Amino acid sequence: MTGSLAAAAVAAPAAARAVAHAVAAPATTTLPAVGVQRSAWLLLVFPLAGAAILLLGGRRTNPFGHIVGVAMPAASFVYGAIAFFAMLSYPASQRSRDVHMFTWIAVGRFHVDAGLLLDQLSISFVLLITGVGSLIHLFAVGYMSHDPERRRFFGYMNLFVASMLLLVLANNFLLLYAGWEGVGLASYLLIGFWQFKPAAAVAAKKAFIANRVGDAGLSVAIMLMFATFGTVSFTGIFSRPGAAGNGVLTAIGLLLLLGACGKSAQVPLQSWLLDAMEGPTPVSALIHAATMVTAGVYLIVRSAPIFDLSQNARLAVTIVGAVTLLFGAIIGSAKDDIKKALAGSTMSQIGYMTLAAGLGPAGYVFAIAHLIAHGFFKAGLFLGAGSVKHEMNDEVDMRRLGGLRTIMPITFVTFGIGYLAIIGVPPFSGFFTKDPIIQAAFDKGGTSGAILGTAALIGAGITGFYMTRVMLMTFFGERRWDEKAHPHEVPPVMTSPMVVLAIGSAGAGAFLILANRYVNFLGPLVGFPPPARGLFNWISGATLALVLVGVAIAWAMYGRRPVPAVAPAASFPRTAAPRALYGDAFNESVLMRPGQWLTRLSVYFDNRGVDGLVNSLAAGVGGTSGRLRRTQTGFVRSYALSMFVGAVLLVGAFFLVGI
Amino acid sequence: MTPSHFVALAAILFVIGAVGVLVRRNAMVIFMCVELMLNAANLAFVAFARQHGSLDGQVIAFFVMVVAAAEVVVGLAILMAIFRARRSASVDEANLLKY
Repeated sequence: MTGSLAAAAVAAPAAARAVAHAVAAPATTTLPAVGVQRSAWLLLVFPLAGAAILLLGGRRTNPFGHIVGVAMPAASFVYGAIAFFAMLSYPASQRSRDVHMFTWIAVGRFHVDAGLLLDQLSISFVLLITGVGSLIHLFAVGYMSHDPERRRFFGYMNLFVASMLLLVLANNFLLLYAGWEGVGLASYLLIGFWQFKPAAAVAAKKAFIANRVGDAGLSVAIMLMFATFGTVSFTGIFSRPGAAGNGVLTAIGLLLLLGACGKSAQVPLQSWLLDAMEGPTPVSALIHAATMVTAGVYLIVRSAPIFDLSQNARLAVTIVGAVTLLFGAIIGSAKDDIKKALAGSTMSQIGYMTLAAGLGPAGYVFAIAHLIAHGFFKAGLFLGAGSVKHEMNDEVDMRRLGGLRTIMPITFVTFGIGYLAIIGVPPFSGFFTKDPIIQAAFDKGGTSGAILGTAALIGAGITGFYMTRVMLMTFFGERRWDEKAHPHEVPPVMTSPMVVLAIGSAGAGAFLILANRYVNFLGPLVGFPPPARGLFNWISGATLALVLVGVAIAWAMYGRRPVPAVAPAASFPRTAAPRALYGDAFNESVLMRPGQWLTRLSVYFDNRGVDGLVNSLAAGVGGTSGRLRRTQTGFVRSYALSMFVGAVLLVGAFFLVGI
Repeated sequence: MTPSHFVALAAILFVIGAVGVLVRRNAMVIFMCVELMLNAANLAFVAFARQHGSLDGQVIAFFVMVVAAAEVVVGLAILMAIFRARRSASVDEANLLKY
């Protein structure tokens, strides 16, 4: 393994213009779990028990509901850390461990076990979900303190954590799908948590339906995998991915991509993410920033052996990633709602992760590294926005904020650290995790590599623009508040998670990328990228330059001039971007209206066609009988005549036949 | 006196009886015509029995006479009941069972 890595390291500088090659992952053997890792099912049981206690216990659990709600993910985090350190004690080739829980389905040829797979990828996600999740749960204790339904909120949040853990820990695609559906359900319940708000209920329905389209793709992919490989378990499929033909592998890859698009709000299934901001802010932070929307990236990286064998599917993944990162950035630049601007930012950053995942072994490690760093800083940004919203009487329109940095200093500092991390200023996280993605895109070579890399560069510039816009409109400038607002800093239960997340935002990127730490951790599983060409080269310089240009433009537009309270004059970019680049209009005209025509056509056909057929049969019988009954005249002699005629005919028939 | 003469006579009697059933209105007369038809059948049976030289035809004639007797009993009883109710023996007037 190290020999081939060294060979790649030697080959790369040898040809100055040559594209350095990534090294594909060696085939991993999965061993059964030993020691403390054997109890990995505890990871699921803690939050599930929390959800059961809170949701089934009802109002009796209101007094201590929030304590249970925070304790369960924290307990899972403690166990996750223990399992992680146990994993570090194993050599790199033996870190993939299987925990068998029970046999789930055993019907004929179809055999599915409920088991957990503890390897480098899943443990990274477990630590992220439970760690950031516990912090967000703690924040929610303060944020939802005035809500009488807080206990139910924590029940749903624990249900979400349990489902998400099931998703990342499953050792076969069917169990993953169960977790996939569970997070979709939890997302629906949490977006529509305030059911009395029509906008929230509609947004929850929209999120669930858009997810469903993706779920259809994922389920067809699983069916295809079973039909091709005869099994749905990871070890069964990934040990011999070449058994399927190239066309089948491409189809599976594209369908998995469709599933990922639905869950991760990538184009073309992106329209639900901005509406999902109707939910409480802890929901936006946990589900729609750090974890659920990253499930799509997890799916693609987990299915790496399938994607590695299908160039066309990988190309599709990179195209989706590049389009979405620009899409989200443009939408985020135009929204005045602070949460929707951050949602556009999430869409764009996941576009970066998808782009990296589509680049194959050269990008898998960086996709997950950026995912982890993004979990920290995006959650921190959302919690900061939540604090602002909490203090400003639920005001989210940035045109009515401003000048908050002196009043909410801790929020301002933590938000600011998250801001510096996301735009990629060294030494904060984004610089370390985003630049390798852009480099890997350019390293792909050819026209596709140049286009993808340029798109990623431009996206970085726009990121600088919109994030600076958010910072300036919210924390700087004159106070454009409503008269009734009296903001002050939020209580410690809400600031302490933000502080911890800010520390993570600042340091996670450097911690993961420097000294190739995460590359060496995750590489044995998914493949090693080509060795880094040093931290500062022309690509990172160009990225930083574009970011500074974006910051400068935002400063010129929003920092120096007073923010207008009314919308400016309309022009195409100004009208297209706030309408989410006509995403909803596209969905309506391409999907919804034809769907409605189809249903109306079916109803018409059912009423006229099918019912008409049956009714006309009945009418025919009725009409015939109506005419036939006129033979019953009651006139006895006519009956006698008909009997006589019949007898004559019978005798004649006998004579004819010759009896 | 060949059997064909008897069979021809039976046929004539049968046709006369059939026409009577179809044409006459009075129920009594229709019964009498039915009796005529039955007797025509009897005559044919006996003629053929004579021709084959077996007694089967004559035995069947007995059966036919028994059937005729039973039928007359029942039919006259029905006719009496209708006559008492309607004061008329015409079959044309008993036409309530119609559409």
